[in-house]
Amino acid sequence: MSLTMPAPEPEILAARDDLIARLREIVKPANVVHLDRELAPWECDALTMYRQKPLVVVLPETVAEVAAVMRLAAELNVKVVPRGAGTSLSGGSLPLADGILLAMGKFNRILEVDFENRVARVQPGVTNLAITNAVAHRGFYYAPDPSSQIACSIGGNVAENAGGVHCLKYGLTTNNVLGVEMVLIGGEVVRLGGKHLDSEGYDLIGLVTGSEGLLGVITEVTVRILQKPETARGVLLGFDDVKAGADCVAAIIAAGIIPGGMEMMDKAAIAAAEAFRPCGYPSDAEGLVIVELDGTAAEVDHLVGEVAKIAEANGATSVRVSTSEAERLGFWFGRKNAFPAVGAIGPDYLCMDGTIPRGRLADVLTRMDELAAKHGLRVANVFHAGDGNLHPLILYDAAIPGDTEKAEAFGADILRLCVEVGGVLTGEHGVGVEKRDLMGEMFDEVDLGQQERVKCAFDANGRLNPGKVFPTLHRCAEMGFMHVRSGDLPFPEIPRF
Amino acid sequence: MQTNFLPHLLADPDVALAEKILRKCVHCGFCTATCPTFLELGDERDSPRGRIYLIKEMLETGRPADAETVTHLDRCLTCLACMTTCPSGVDYMHLVDHARAHVAKTYERPLADRLFRRMLRLVIPNPSIFRLALIGANLARPFARWLPAKFAGLFALAPKRLPPPSWVDAAQTIPAKGARRRRVALLSGCAQTALDTAINEATVRLLTRLGVEVVVAEGMGCCGALEHHMGETDAAHARAAKNIRAWTREIDGGGLDAIVVNTSGCGTTVKDYGHMFRNDARLAEDAARVSGLARDVSELLADLDLAAALVARPRLRVAYHSACSMQHGQKITTLPMELLAKAGFEVVPIPESHVCCGSAGTYNILQPDLATRLRDRKVANIATVAPDVIAAGNVGCMVQIGTGTPTPIVHTVELLDWATGGPIPDGLEALTASENASA
Repeated sequence: MSLTMPAPEPEILAARDDLIARLREIVKPANVVHLDRELAPWECDALTMYRQKPLVVVLPETVAEVAAVMRLAAELNVKVVPRGAGTSLSGGSLPLADGILLAMGKFNRILEVDFENRVARVQPGVTNLAITNAVAHRGFYYAPDPSSQIACSIGGNVAENAGGVHCLKYGLTTNNVLGVEMVLIGGEVVRLGGKHLDSEGYDLIGLVTGSEGLLGVITEVTVRILQKPETARGVLLGFDDVKAGADCVAAIIAAGIIPGGMEMMDKAAIAAAEAFRPCGYPSDAEGLVIVELDGTAAEVDHLVGEVAKIAEANGATSVRVSTSEAERLGFWFGRKNAFPAVGAIGPDYLCMDGTIPRGRLADVLTRMDELAAKHGLRVANVFHAGDGNLHPLILYDAAIPGDTEKAEAFGADILRLCVEVGGVLTGEHGVGVEKRDLMGEMFDEVDLGQQERVKCAFDANGRLNPGKVFPTLHRCAEMGFMHVRSGDLPFPEIPRF
Repeated sequence: MQTNFLPHLLADPDVALAEKILRKCVHCGFCTATCPTFLELGDERDSPRGRIYLIKEMLETGRPADAETVTHLDRCLTCLACMTTCPSGVDYMHLVDHARAHVAKTYERPLADRLFRRMLRLVIPNPSIFRLALIGANLARPFARWLPAKFAGLFALAPKRLPPPSWVDAAQTIPAKGARRRRVALLSGCAQTALDTAINEATVRLLTRLGVEVVVAEGMGCCGALEHHMGETDAAHARAAKNIRAWTREIDGGGLDAIVVNTSGCGTTVKDYGHMFRNDARLAEDAARVSGLARDVSELLADLDLAAALVARPRLRVAYHSACSMQHGQKITTLPMELLAKAGFEVVPIPESHVCCGSAGTYNILQPDLATRLRDRKVANIATVAPDVIAAGNVGCMVQIGTGTPTPIVHTVELLDWATGGPIPDGLEALTASENASA
């Protein structure tokens, strides 16, 4: 792999046996995994391109155990990488050869459902969908719905500020989290927010959400739950050119309509989905837009007609409105299966995650085709059209030498393109390691320096998930910020001014 | 998923198939969400994705299995919920089959474990020995606490009241009542003929009543699933081959419209005979033919005119438990519920119905702790819908769930037989007495 991670620290590697022994005093011995042949299942998350076996895996069962592990890590100066369900597409939980992998899978209980306050208090390993399942009997749900919602954990959702199809209307994770409990690197347990909308002082939940495991380990989350909309209907629109589709999306938003979801697929993605399992998409379309409208029946019926009118005015070649729940789900079927469909023809794929101004879509897709030709690889696009979040899926074959590197280079070019047209590097997958080295395309040294100072305020020695997000790892002392612990100057060899 | 197999290993068609299956996995982790052991343990190694990784590491070099990999493979229920969930179509079933065969070939289990497994293989597939063992278990029950812990699972499962052998399980042809509409062979099962003879009796009554001639073929026996899941490929194939030959004689003789299986665990295996023998020049064709004819009893019933045979019965509230081999192995999901509803029962689905009850063949004997946790989880879910009776299509689940709940549990065909004029299933008499009283 062409990714450079922080060099393993020889003194930590040398002291591995001692670390394992100490960890076995904190958690049940069976919850410390250290045999080489047992570590492979943790060597990557859902971004399989980068792999690294961790120094040791710890599976804590209580907050006290997490705190004790973090205290030990600080004492021995060992790095810690937190991991939820391991579904990150940006390598957010890629292990370190000299780091503890803190796997939070055993934190899988729903602690409290409070309908009076419309919140659920859950452990971080609970899956996104499990929250909805726990409140569905009273007609409630948890709104953010990343495609991996069946498996991804709420702790990971908070760490990555996960999005999803319905975020256009209901917001990202950050708009739906009310409280967080987290453990800091020294073992301190802090609680932020609660069951209410606003808290005193700084909006630290806003800071923690999307911090990608760099600031603390999340041990409890309080989320807002919503009443499920009374009804939902879908509109399936075909266009013979993607620009018309993109214009239609913009026109719907400009008309003051906020669909529950608004998704777009390009010709390659439509073809892949149809080949995987036929779903009745218009096969001759260059672009496909799925619009879902939700609310009361009268409101939805009205909006469906409005959307159809706008689509026709924007040159839609086909307009289908769902008349049953089965038909609505049928509209989504191909979109929901887009990733495995592309996986079936890949055989490997790299899922990118950039955001662009909606108006530039046609231009970006054209230039992406040029880039595909340049790199000699194929690309299919699915697109959260409503909020401009693009997911190009680059097809490659890891078994062909050089293909992986080509896919990486192609992906980097796509993200540069997103930034160039006024967009950003990520919509919802996070920076992780995948986009880390492209941060310089987006931010200058001053910007990055400010962001790193925030990291230093939480973790002065850079022990928590280092190697992620920031392209070069500065020591906090270089940032003009110094954390003095027990009177010991950290890094005394560095000259100070 | 990228793989790095040593090239010479791929010459083995089974290894080549395993590699092909592994390549399909994209490591998305969706399977972890519905894996019962991951739900209970929260450990990646006890999830399908983790096991796939452990299997990959083991097979890539062809190295012998190690104790840790075996531990996590042993904890897999083979419920196949992962295959229902997997968006990429990873054939976990055949991958884990191959891995278990590799374990059986290359790993020496501790002596006690080896002997215990050998005993299970000797006892369970042989109804006469199994019946004696169950009688023995009942006699020995007072002394159970002095026996090795391994036996605890067995004692817990052995029914306190054992039925005598049934006439229905002897080789014979049972004619249809009235005009013959179908001719089918019935797999009697092995453990089922010792544990609960009422199931086959009800099946035969129901099918013959609906115009089906039922053949209990000479030479048919255990389907081989028990040994297949232990990785004992040769032994499993020997049993399967006997069945293939027995049914082939019937197909070529009197002809068969279907091979009916009323134990979904066995049904999954019989439907896989074609795959198991795909590289066997002598039996490949017959095996494929047998698999092609294999039907769960509910699939056959859906083709028959159940409605015409219905009689008036109390409308009991039935919680339908879908066995994993039924819903994940054979992808039969709503059909049995539709049949029960058609027969006049109030059918209620069970929450979290995709999660295994812990029975899983011999799993509840080999992994009693996890099996009991899953049973309790299942029983708690069933309790939320407060049924009069639980119906299932797999004897293993019936025994497993039955040890954890006072609610009667019967086979789906027992209810359908009753609804079409058959005797009331065991355990329901009190229920219908009070129903009648209150009516």
